Amino acid sequence: MSTLTIDKAGPTRNVKYGSMSRDRAWALRWSYFFLTLFAIFSLVPPLYMLITSLKGSAEISAATNPWWVFHPTLENYVGLLTSNQFMRFFFNSAMVSIVVVIITMLISIPAAFALSRMKFWGSATLATGVFLTYLVPDSLLFIPLFKMFALIGDVTGIQLINRWYVLLLIYPTLTVPFCTWIMIGYFASIPKELDEAAIIDGASWLQTLIRIFIPVALPGLIAATIFAFTVSWAQFLYPLVFTTSTDQLVLPVGIVTSLIKGDVFNWGQIMTGALLGAAPPLIIYAFLMDYYIAGLTAGATKG
Amino acid sequence: MVDAVIGENTVARPRRAAGRKGLRHALKRKSTAAFLMTLPLILLIVLLVVYPALYSVHLATLNKSMQRFVGLGNFEFLFKRDTFWLVVKQSCIFAITAVVFKALIGFIVAHFVHNIPAKGQRKWRGMLLVPWVIPPAMSTLAWLWLFDPSYSAFNYTLAFFGIGPIPWTGDAAWARFSVILVNVWYGAPFFMIMYLAALKSVPEQLYEAAAIDGANWWQRIWYVTLPMMRNIIAITTLFSLIVTFANFDIVRILTAGGPLDKTHIFATWAFRVGIEGSDIPLGASVSLFMVPILAVAAIFILRDVSKRGNES
Repeated sequence: MSTLTIDKAGPTRNVKYGSMSRDRAWALRWSYFFLTLFAIFSLVPPLYMLITSLKGSAEISAATNPWWVFHPTLENYVGLLTSNQFMRFFFNSAMVSIVVVIITMLISIPAAFALSRMKFWGSATLATGVFLTYLVPDSLLFIPLFKMFALIGDVTGIQLINRWYVLLLIYPTLTVPFCTWIMIGYFASIPKELDEAAIIDGASWLQTLIRIFIPVALPGLIAATIFAFTVSWAQFLYPLVFTTSTDQLVLPVGIVTSLIKGDVFNWGQIMTGALLGAAPPLIIYAFLMDYYIAGLTAGATKG
Repeated sequence: MVDAVIGENTVARPRRAAGRKGLRHALKRKSTAAFLMTLPLILLIVLLVVYPALYSVHLATLNKSMQRFVGLGNFEFLFKRDTFWLVVKQSCIFAITAVVFKALIGFIVAHFVHNIPAKGQRKWRGMLLVPWVIPPAMSTLAWLWLFDPSYSAFNYTLAFFGIGPIPWTGDAAWARFSVILVNVWYGAPFFMIMYLAALKSVPEQLYEAAAIDGANWWQRIWYVTLPMMRNIIAITTLFSLIVTFANFDIVRILTAGGPLDKTHIFATWAFRVGIEGSDIPLGASVSLFMVPILAVAAIFILRDVSKRGNES
């Protein structure tokens, strides 16, 4: 009999009235506890890059605690930032990424505008095609593209293989579909009355695009720009395939191929290089995190 | 001339008709303008994506020196090689395990972030998304160093607890574990952010209603959260499956396919065979094996996308 009373009155009453706030407080504590664990998991590799980059080579090969820097030194940074080769990689990366961002925007803004506003024959198919192109991975296309560009070199005498500017032709295959897709979504969210009014007032399509769409969809444009930049900056497979001479390499490939000599890993310099290579996207992200996240969530799912 | 026509109409007819006629002209010009605006995009897709994709099929039917047509010879050759079947197996293990763990971790972390007061969420979101922001080639180098057999941090830390050195990238099973771990580390934040966005779009009233009906924590997740998030979970998972299946950087830098080709996936093996081994047709054949799986995932994603398009 007693059990029955407990069953009926005990727990339900307690949960409903007594310990609601206490439950919530515990849920909160657990949330913070696990979030801390996951944050540590997320941040260990970048922090370890930073720790190693501040060590001299003697300290790296000594059997001391790897998680702490006992004799911090900037020699790795000085070494890399004064090395012509490394600065060359950095310059190539910056050059390629910035030009690719510009090309991407020039192609995808008008295309997204046309696809989201001017319904024409085949526009729906093309929009689907853009999305499908966005799903085609680099690892599927690198071999035929390599052969194609090699053939162009053989036939016309214009060498594209092993020149950094070949990347300007190839990266847009990754960035343009993505940015167009994001921007179709953003443009579609602009009320139709806005551009109809502009057209009635006698504005041309180009004027409508420049005066109305670009300012209104600026957050979307920023998100797309960030993505185009980070995608070009991080790309590893294409430069690995298309460039080999050290003066043509971009940063990721440069670090992997030139700082690792045979079996000798100069970890201090490699980690410093990796950190410097990770810095531009991280800095952009630190300032424009909200745009980055908006682009991420819009890009993959929104139509 | 167009101006003249419009002018004539304005004079001859009432205003509304003239407007309609002008609009029709605008529409005519509109399609031309629209075509011109999308032309660079079309050219890019056709010349640098569609053509290479078809060219890849052509390449796959040539012999090594690309002089002779061998039909399906390359594929026959692949089917007879043990390494190929290893790659098929490893690609599936890698993609499926990594995606499942990414989705699970992403789901759990998204809930924790959603649980805490809105004021602090930005900070946590920022920290948790860092792995996704760092170029994978750079962060994988850091992992490679963390996994280093003799000097590195992980084995040092494990030794502190009395656990012997683990051959992270030297032993086949551990190497498989390592590439999956790094991929999960890199990809989980993407799921986290997508699920977080989905969680935020679930109306609060549904939870209140569920709480009044006496639903416990588990029931709330099962009957409210999951159905509301189903679309985003499906699309994110499929999308990630494509990306993970076609992954290159992480495996290439961490193990380069070793030890003994045990961690090769399609992309890295295609690179090894096609570019490093300069057997372009065989490499093309290898990478073509990704197509069926990518296509199936793409069809499902597309269905989902168009369904959402119709709903809105």
